[in-house]
Amino acid sequence: MDAETLPANAVPRTWRPPRMIETAWVRWAVVVGVLVYFVLAFGSVEVNWTRVVEGLSRAGRLFAGFLTPDFVSRWEDIQIGMIESLTMTVTATVAGIALSIPVALGAARNIAPLWLYGLCRAIIALSRTFQEVIIAIFFVAMFGFGPLAGFLTLSVATVGFLAKLLADDIEEIDPVQVEAIRASGASFWQVIDYAVSSQVMPRLIGLSIYRVDINFRESAVVGIVGAGGIGATLNTALDRYEFDSAAAILILIIAIVMACEYFSSFIRKWTQ
Amino acid sequence: MPVVTTSAGKPATWRLRTGPQQLAVWFGWLALVALTVFCWRIMTADTIWAFVEDAPRQAADIFGRMLPPRWSYANNLWLPLWDTLNIATLGTGLAILLGTPLAFLAARNTTPSVLFVRPIALLIIVSSRSINSLIWGLLLVAVLGPGVFAGILAIALRSIGFIGKLLYEAIEEIDESQVEAVRATGASPAQVMTYGMVPQLLPAFATICVFRWDINIRESTVLGLVGAGGLGLALEASLNVLAWPQVTVILLMILATVVLSEWITARVRAAII
Repeated sequence: MDAETLPANAVPRTWRPPRMIETAWVRWAVVVGVLVYFVLAFGSVEVNWTRVVEGLSRAGRLFAGFLTPDFVSRWEDIQIGMIESLTMTVTATVAGIALSIPVALGAARNIAPLWLYGLCRAIIALSRTFQEVIIAIFFVAMFGFGPLAGFLTLSVATVGFLAKLLADDIEEIDPVQVEAIRASGASFWQVIDYAVSSQVMPRLIGLSIYRVDINFRESAVVGIVGAGGIGATLNTALDRYEFDSAAAILILIIAIVMACEYFSSFIRKWTQ
Repeated sequence: MPVVTTSAGKPATWRLRTGPQQLAVWFGWLALVALTVFCWRIMTADTIWAFVEDAPRQAADIFGRMLPPRWSYANNLWLPLWDTLNIATLGTGLAILLGTPLAFLAARNTTPSVLFVRPIALLIIVSSRSINSLIWGLLLVAVLGPGVFAGILAIALRSIGFIGKLLYEAIEEIDESQVEAVRATGASPAQVMTYGMVPQLLPAFATICVFRWDINIRESTVLGLVGAGGLGLALEASLNVLAWPQVTVILLMILATVVLSEWITARVRAAII
């Protein structure tokens, strides 16, 4: 209905929610663009359906493996892999946190001078750019196979994650408290100790605990390229189509991650 | 300067914690250090230190081989790049289709049954989240055979948990009074959903999806390492024949893709918020 033919005091009888994109042609361009993309994308994905149908029986076996996981026959290997993963997680998280605190302080614009800020932000960007697996490939090539390469990978990844979030948090602290401590004649480190750390500590603890969780999950991945941990065991089990052992490993990973999450929510409640 | 003194005549200094608290904190640190050292000892028991001492030379060697990049190889990468983008985008799309209903089943205020449906939905979410997309890729390649399809499913299976978790938390935090108001006008459950909940959730939903798409672009670049298609497949092939100049080109390609996706994400988020 045309609004101009209505009397001035008429109220529209129906209400329509406002559109997300107001301009009509932009809206249609987005819709058409998405459709064209989907047609092109689906056209280029080749699915070998005979292979998929063959795979269904294997999928069934994998699913059956989850219902009857086999912890026993490969228990030695699983144990070694798990110990490597867990020790890697602990050491890499501790080393990563220890390294990321100075980097985070340097990457906070309200604390560090410009040259240090640039340097630390560059370190963070560098360690965040590539996936853990790619970093692991290089560390394995340099340090040889084994959990040490995984430890280094996870430490680097932890610095990229924790230093960035912590630096962003430090930049958002309340400057009044810093001002007050500085006014009392405190030195630089006393300002950090009494004004900065007390404001970011709950967040640092929360992020660190969360990172333990992530590091454990990632420790299962770096094993695929030879950097130690449960991933290598899992890879071997899948290569041999031992789906029941693989299911046992996956169940263990899920259980440990769940335990970590429960524990971390507990600690976060306690620190706040 | 006036100094406050205690009855014993000693100056009273301010401390953050009392004595026992201080001791507990100190023991906490001791336990952490002990645990770390213990783990370090176990972890490095089988380390061959000669290789570690050799590492700087190895690093110099690898970087020497990586330069100069073999730029002509970039022409072989356009198809893998297209595959990578498809894996990330179609995988995210599939995960949105499956994860959204899952989130409504898992949220306390929209689930049909807190006792039966909600724990199952939460279990699916946590299982999907616990397993990295590379591991999902490993499983799916073993089941379905190598290819882009396995990659799409791997990305989708990992993202369902991510989208489900963040979205169900957003659903649980919505303002109930708006839902109540829409319901009070006599709206059907579907209408309550469209007019009472969806408008509140849309910004969070869009942010979550774009965020996950950005992560998926990163993850899909390496999925090929386990055979699931994309740039990782080219990386694996180049690594296997020790063609380091090609590896450099692939890594630069991945870098460019990641930077581009981050830029797009930032633009979209700025438009939403």
